[in-house]
Amino acid sequence: MAEKSKMVEKESLIAENVNVFYGDNHVIKNVSIVMPENSITAFIGPSGCGKSTFLRLYNRMNDYIEGFRKDGSIIFNGKEIYSKDIQLEELRKKIGMVFQKPNPFPKTVYENIVYGLRIQGVKDKALLDEVVESTLKKVFLWGEVKDQLKKSALALSGGQQQRLCIARTLAVEPSILLMDEPTSALDPISTAKLEELVFELKKTLTVVIVTHNMQQAARISDKTAFFYMGELKEFSPTKQMFTNPKEEITQNYITGRFG
Amino acid sequence: MRKREKIIKVLLLACGVVSVLTTFGIIWILLSEASVFFKTVSIKEFLTSDQWTPLFADKHFGILPLLAGTVLTSGIAILVALPFGLTIAIYLNEYAPKQLRKVVKPMLEILAAVPTVVYGYFALTFVTPLMQTVLPSLSGFNALSPGIVMGIMIIPLISSLSEDALYAVPKSLREASYGMGATRFQTAFRVLVPAALSGITVSVLLAISRAMGETMIVAIAAGQQPRLTFDPTVPIETITTYIVQVSMGDVERGTIEYQTIFAAGLALFGLTFLLNNISFWIKKKFTRKYE
Repeated sequence: MAEKSKMVEKESLIAENVNVFYGDNHVIKNVSIVMPENSITAFIGPSGCGKSTFLRLYNRMNDYIEGFRKDGSIIFNGKEIYSKDIQLEELRKKIGMVFQKPNPFPKTVYENIVYGLRIQGVKDKALLDEVVESTLKKVFLWGEVKDQLKKSALALSGGQQQRLCIARTLAVEPSILLMDEPTSALDPISTAKLEELVFELKKTLTVVIVTHNMQQAARISDKTAFFYMGELKEFSPTKQMFTNPKEEITQNYITGRFG
Repeated sequence: MRKREKIIKVLLLACGVVSVLTTFGIIWILLSEASVFFKTVSIKEFLTSDQWTPLFADKHFGILPLLAGTVLTSGIAILVALPFGLTIAIYLNEYAPKQLRKVVKPMLEILAAVPTVVYGYFALTFVTPLMQTVLPSLSGFNALSPGIVMGIMIIPLISSLSEDALYAVPKSLREASYGMGATRFQTAFRVLVPAALSGITVSVLLAISRAMGETMIVAIAAGQQPRLTFDPTVPIETITTYIVQVSMGDVERGTIEYQTIFAAGLALFGLTFLLNNISFWIKKKFTRKYE
């Protein structure tokens, strides 16, 4: 008992009995999950199982969808993120997101990276320069684009754009990084680079990655959550899930019997 | 059945041809009549003389005073219309609930449907006296009031086209900005407006060319005194007003005085044609194709 409460204190992102509705559609059914820190958690499951919806609860990206309703609680660093006194902008600086398709702004590479700092009012040129260099190095992009910082980000390749988007998110130093199928629009080589990068990132932050690619989940994640029809069917260490799943339905999914 | 289809096809084609022919007809008349004018008056005088007095004994044929009047009133109009139009577009796109947007957009467009003669008298009998309480030196006819009223008239042009441009910015860019912790305001001004800039520019150029071609408002409220000035408080004359003045019937057909309106008309046509083409070019060149 004592051990359990100690563990919960350490965890910073906790969902409890979460239900989500779009109008009359019950899309997330009573999901509770505690995200382990400094690790990679993969969300897997067939299309429409609610894994992306669930991911987007953490930075309240579903708020813009008409008819969205949720109950249950999501606690980040001890605070309910859906409570009225939460500062949405502050929350999103702490919980960054990378999307399915690379979505750099139609600005220069440099301006993309410093966007988050600029909207916070940072004007110190030296600091901005430094952040650009350090974050681009973190995503292994510095060598490739250091001479193109003033060029449009749209001129980069898809893989480079996605790493740029990660760098842009890292520039505001989030503690959690949400990734919504970040490699689904990328070629295998770019995907491999990105996976390597994600692996590096977990040293400093908590990564939650939605993927429809089970090999990817198996390769990079520490724990895997399997969603099916809006329910969290299984949440186990990745190795265990892929070798000895607890549930039959998980077994059927990961062996490719459906999905 | 086949025959009917064919007849319909021919009729449709004929409709299209009529409008094209009309355009060419207008250009032809403008050019041929203006060429008669330019036999008497050199192009150099037309473009450089700073007086426009074709109806006086001492005749001068410099388009610049009329051009200045047109540019001045249109400039004032755009100064009014751009901030309002863009703010409305951003509000409707980013802040307004969907239902409100559906109601407000068509309502705004009614502004463009008000007969311009009504706007003209609104400028002359309401806006000018109102402005005179602030600016006592403002004369009864001036460039300021019709400029402001024209600005109000073209607000829907800018707000509607700009809103379309903002609407076309992909959702993924909005999400990227929100996801970085940006507010709606920051997202609108730092991401959406720059991304929609080509569309917004097009809306502004079209609005300017609409204002330049506007006749009734300036004919009623701006005066009929061609003068080379950018002072908005004194009576001026625009190209369109001059054409109205001459077309009223006092001037005999075939005279040089009469030919002036074709030269003036050609200058105006050239100007708006240029603006429309620039906006078309911008639209084609800079509209980014987002997947």
